Amino acid sequence: MTEPVATAVQEADVRAEERYYFASQTTLIWWRFRQHRLATIAGPILLILYLFAMFCEFVAPYGPMEEYPDLLQAPPSRIHVRDAEGRWSRPHVYAREGGRNRETFLMEYQEITDTRYPILLFPKGSTYKLWGALPMERHLFGTGQGNPPVFLFGSDRFGQDVFSRVVYGSRISLTIGLLGVLLSFVLGLAIGGVSGYLGGYVDEAIQRIIDLLISIPHIPLWMALAAALPRDWTTIQTYFAITLLLSIVGWAGLARVVRSKLLALREEDFTVAALVAGASQWRIVSRHLLPLFLSYIVVSITLAIPGMILGETALSFIGLGLQPPAVSWGVLLQDAQQIVSVAHHPWLLLPGLFVVLTVLMFNFLGDGLRDAADPYAQ
Amino acid sequence: MLVYILRRILILIPLVFIISIITFAIIQLPPGDYLTLYIMQLESAGTTVAEEEIEQLKRLFGLDKPMHVQYMIWLRRIVVYRDFGVSFQYQRPVSELLAERVPLTIAVSVATTVFIWVVAVPIGILSATHQYSWLDYFWTFVGFLGLSIPSFLLALIAIWIAFKQFNMSAIGLFSPEYIDAAWSVGKVLDLLMHLWIPVIIIGMTGTASIIRTMRGTLLDELKRQYVVTARSKGLTEVRLLMKYPVRTAINPIISTIGWLLPGIISGEILVSVVMNIPTTGPLLLTALLNQDMYLAGSVVLILSCLTVIGTLLSDILLTWLDPRIRYESLTP
Repeated sequence: MTEPVATAVQEADVRAEERYYFASQTTLIWWRFRQHRLATIAGPILLILYLFAMFCEFVAPYGPMEEYPDLLQAPPSRIHVRDAEGRWSRPHVYAREGGRNRETFLMEYQEITDTRYPILLFPKGSTYKLWGALPMERHLFGTGQGNPPVFLFGSDRFGQDVFSRVVYGSRISLTIGLLGVLLSFVLGLAIGGVSGYLGGYVDEAIQRIIDLLISIPHIPLWMALAAALPRDWTTIQTYFAITLLLSIVGWAGLARVVRSKLLALREEDFTVAALVAGASQWRIVSRHLLPLFLSYIVVSITLAIPGMILGETALSFIGLGLQPPAVSWGVLLQDAQQIVSVAHHPWLLLPGLFVVLTVLMFNFLGDGLRDAADPYAQ
Repeated sequence: MLVYILRRILILIPLVFIISIITFAIIQLPPGDYLTLYIMQLESAGTTVAEEEIEQLKRLFGLDKPMHVQYMIWLRRIVVYRDFGVSFQYQRPVSELLAERVPLTIAVSVATTVFIWVVAVPIGILSATHQYSWLDYFWTFVGFLGLSIPSFLLALIAIWIAFKQFNMSAIGLFSPEYIDAAWSVGKVLDLLMHLWIPVIIIGMTGTASIIRTMRGTLLDELKRQYVVTARSKGLTEVRLLMKYPVRTAINPIISTIGWLLPGIISGEILVSVVMNIPTTGPLLLTALLNQDMYLAGSVVLILSCLTVIGTLLSDILLTWLDPRIRYESLTP
């Protein structure tokens, strides 16, 4: 009686084994990547963050410069699910009124619980142009035009919504990492390639420069280069300049990985075997080297992005990077520089939370990709 | 051994040479030079500067010569006379300002390095011997967090807590009564009392990565045959661990100082700016904001050289600890 069951189990085993042996490398990488639970969480979260950045005008309930003079330095709105009588109702906020306390000189606000202002999905709000072209007035959420605003992260000293500014800031902060890494990768590939191709003194000199760029502290160099940028440049100009100087200092790490991986892979048994079997150079590179090589490069790129994001944030934070009215996470944290201001308005630190979240997720993702990069490794 | 050290020092020379070129480029970056600023200052004070006088000053500073000659003059002054130029903003020789600030930067950096090792190595060992226990997971989590929180944000949170809980407006490096006092035992003790907060904050990032490296290398070692042999011969677990696998696993950690140190110095600058610690960090920032380029360039030069020298020292330390290194070729 047990025999058919046993063969069924065996068959399932064999099938699973077959699936493993016939799986393409991409499938193997995907299987291995899925085992890293944190990395599979990190992917969707990063996707959401980048979607926020892409559609920031829509996601943010208010414009980055929209000021509410009656709500300066207001703490985050309390979102109620029960009204004043304790009955359950849909999430809502109350209007707030208040002003400067004459004794402590701090802003104080009280909620007016007479009218409830429910939080709506896709309400009409201030008009904007999506990607600078499509005129729209719907936002992801809000309380509707003319109603008391909902400040998820409170407001700053101009009465601007901190959450909206964080969402707008993500456009700069998140893309500067990608763009910077892409640039340093191109630089690294080009210079690393030249170094390996020419060899000799050129190779030696380039290797020394790479050694140097890896072994000296980046922040002082970034600071000195950023300080040399003209102050009257527009936000766009400064943005690209900062990206460029982040990658000018940062390419060396990637160049080293590119070079050493290429050199190592060239010596691998399977490369020699393919060569002996009569495969063309092109076939060896495209079929055998590139897939392995690419996975390592993707890993190094993923792990290099957080450094760039942190670099931009730090530079903008100390006032050498982007300047207001540009909105990036580092610029937003400038408001938190005065300790007195942080002590009374701790929500000004919330943009930092997004920096931490993004960097953490990139680290998880990179860790998972590293495990998956070589699916045959145990 | 001596030959190895000599060869390492020889490699250092081109590195320092490139650093000096980068520094000189930084000094030359902003439009105008020291003289333009000097003349502007004189004019704003009401003195008119004659054309001949400007020419004379130019010759004095060597500004009429081509760039590479200016570079040689600048380098020669530093090497021969230890003259880094004059700080425009402080109206004092840069070397004096450096002498005040650099020792504190070294103190903070060395303390941070020691802190990282003292904390990370035992935790790495524990994480490896208790792989996949809650301890391992906890420290992995803390490690990732340490990697992800920028040091200046931690510093902000620290001074926020200090302000809220202890009503301190600044942490600094000294108590008020010691700030202007001469160096004494009391002042050193006071420094140590204040040093630990920035040291922990700067050390977070490095600690995280060292824990990961220590855990990884030790896990590899623990799988080796000699561990099984030693265990079957009845060696106690602690003695076995300390005598063989840990000693082997610790070598990569020491060689990592080469990439640990740049991070520490970078972190030290940002944290010092936020916490207002009188190291080279705030000095560099104010110099850059005021375009005081001789000062800024010199700080970059000194910090970079310090990092490279620190790496050299760690390499020498490693050859002393691990005899295998000496027989290997220099290129990794």
